[in-house]
Amino acid sequence: MKYLHLIWAALLRRKARTVFTILSVLTAFLLFGLLDTVRTAFNNVGGNVSGADRLVTVSKISFTMALPMSLNTRIQAVPGVAAVSYANWFGGQYQDGRDFFPSQAVAKNFFDLYPEWQMPAAQRKAFRDTRTGAVVGENLAKRMGWKIGDKIPLQATIFPQKGGSNTWVFDLVGIYHVSNPEQRGNENNFWFNYDYFDEARQFGQGSVGRYAIKLTDPKQATAVEQAIDALSADSDHETKTETEQAFTAALVGQFADIGLIVGSIMGAVFFTLVLLTGNTMAQAVRERIPELAVLKTIGFSRRSVLTLVLAEAVLLLAIGASIGLFLAGIAAAAVQTQIGTQLVLPPVGATEWLRGLALAAVIGIIVGFLPARRGMRLRIVDALSGR
Amino acid sequence: MRSELRTLVEIRNLSKVYSRGQQKLEVLHHIDLDIGASDFVALMGPSGSGKTTLLNLIGGLDSPTDGTIAVGGEHIERLGEDALAKWRAANVGFVFQFYNLLPMLTARRNVELPLLLTRLSAAERRRKAAIALELVSLTERAEHKPSELSGGQQQRVAIARAIVSDPQLLVCDEPTGDLDRQSAAEVLTLMQDLNRDHGKTIVMVTHDPKAAEFAHRTLHLDKGTLVDSPEQSAA
Repeated sequence: MKYLHLIWAALLRRKARTVFTILSVLTAFLLFGLLDTVRTAFNNVGGNVSGADRLVTVSKISFTMALPMSLNTRIQAVPGVAAVSYANWFGGQYQDGRDFFPSQAVAKNFFDLYPEWQMPAAQRKAFRDTRTGAVVGENLAKRMGWKIGDKIPLQATIFPQKGGSNTWVFDLVGIYHVSNPEQRGNENNFWFNYDYFDEARQFGQGSVGRYAIKLTDPKQATAVEQAIDALSADSDHETKTETEQAFTAALVGQFADIGLIVGSIMGAVFFTLVLLTGNTMAQAVRERIPELAVLKTIGFSRRSVLTLVLAEAVLLLAIGASIGLFLAGIAAAAVQTQIGTQLVLPPVGATEWLRGLALAAVIGIIVGFLPARRGMRLRIVDALSGR
Repeated sequence: MRSELRTLVEIRNLSKVYSRGQQKLEVLHHIDLDIGASDFVALMGPSGSGKTTLLNLIGGLDSPTDGTIAVGGEHIERLGEDALAKWRAANVGFVFQFYNLLPMLTARRNVELPLLLTRLSAAERRRKAAIALELVSLTERAEHKPSELSGGQQQRVAIARAIVSDPQLLVCDEPTGDLDRQSAAEVLTLMQDLNRDHGKTIVMVTHDPKAAEFAHRTLHLDKGTLVDSPEQSAA
């Protein structure tokens, strides 16, 4: 600590250069904080579902392939299965389709498998009793300005009605709330009665997109998965059963490898940052060679000079990284306000801070090493005489 | 009277050769020299005569090619780079022609620099720096940065930095070379006081005969060899 004023003085020697370098570092770490948050949010899409006791069964070939309804009773009979429900992707568009939300047809008992979605009992009953009934999450209802009793028309993109019409009209009978903020993305869904859908659609009757299975004991998940998939083994509709977390994570992974994208962007950003701050540090040390020579003259050891320059580089990076991560926290909150709960961005927390500061320290050591070694190795008599 | 002084610096058969590619340049040639404790020696000679090289070797900033240098009984030619750094911190104060203060630090912080290498507390470092600045009559300027001081004041700060850790030996390379006549006289008087009142041994390289007059004795170097008189040096 007694050298801190020396390090600080070195940084303040060229204030404009230091400020611009810190701005570069800050920008890189702002981006790091934000992208890391996005990556975590996508990872959490799978991890934050509370379905440790729920399985999902889809076609082994592709989750877009339909499965026969006859499987429903057979799955129900598998030991360890407490309840079975099913759903079918609808993919409807509301109005001009710009404000997309997922829409699915689900069995009447579907919400029984999701007790964490809070909905008044009367509304649950209304969904069971209303052929054209639909239920939406609270966030979606707010976003669209819907209330109970509204008639909501959706345009089919896959399933026209038997008469050829693409317009499906639903009665909003329930709005549910998800109290866990990390799962609030589930409030963006539109669910409607499968029976109405199956009767009215032009094709595909008697099939479902996926089964949702509630386990009696989560510890039996693997055995139940195998037992369910064995039901369709060697048939034309072989299934793949996995936990809801694994299914959701795989689903997200099909859209894009967020980790790879984030990693690639950050790799490019930090590579540029290393070049930029490396050049700055090299220049800063080159200008201060006589001063470093003076320090060595009065008795600073080689190691002390090395440490001073490295500490200067690390401090420069740490300052920029700290401001960047702080701003990333603010920016993430602002972005969250804009995107609502479609994707729940976790706050820039202790993990991101630790990871960011560790990264700053590593970059600081990388960019500071060569200039520090130059300072350490300088010959006093040459440096003092300007050679 | 000076010959009665205890020998502080004992140089024997000292040579320094610089290599420039294939070329060898012998800057110092078999020098023998004794400098007593509390002596004040001026080193004079034409450019390239080896004055600064000899001063650097005495101060432990460079290593000889041949010969020995004992300072206070310590054979510094045998010390490695880090040991030499430690030795310098404890035994030598340096004053340069262009002051070589750190521009971002105040006078006090500059003076404190050698004390950072000690185990002294911050308060103790501050106290010692204040005493050193008082010795050079710059107490009022303690919180000023070098750019806010005149050349003479900067050199006095450099002298305060050189003496703050109380070394026995001060090596000064053209300490008045960048100063006007009046500031030079002030700096030289200060050095004389440090020698007379505080017993500091001073070895000073200078081109200025008037500056050399402040020393007890003047040594003349020419082509890497000590000569008896300036006439010999000029010849």
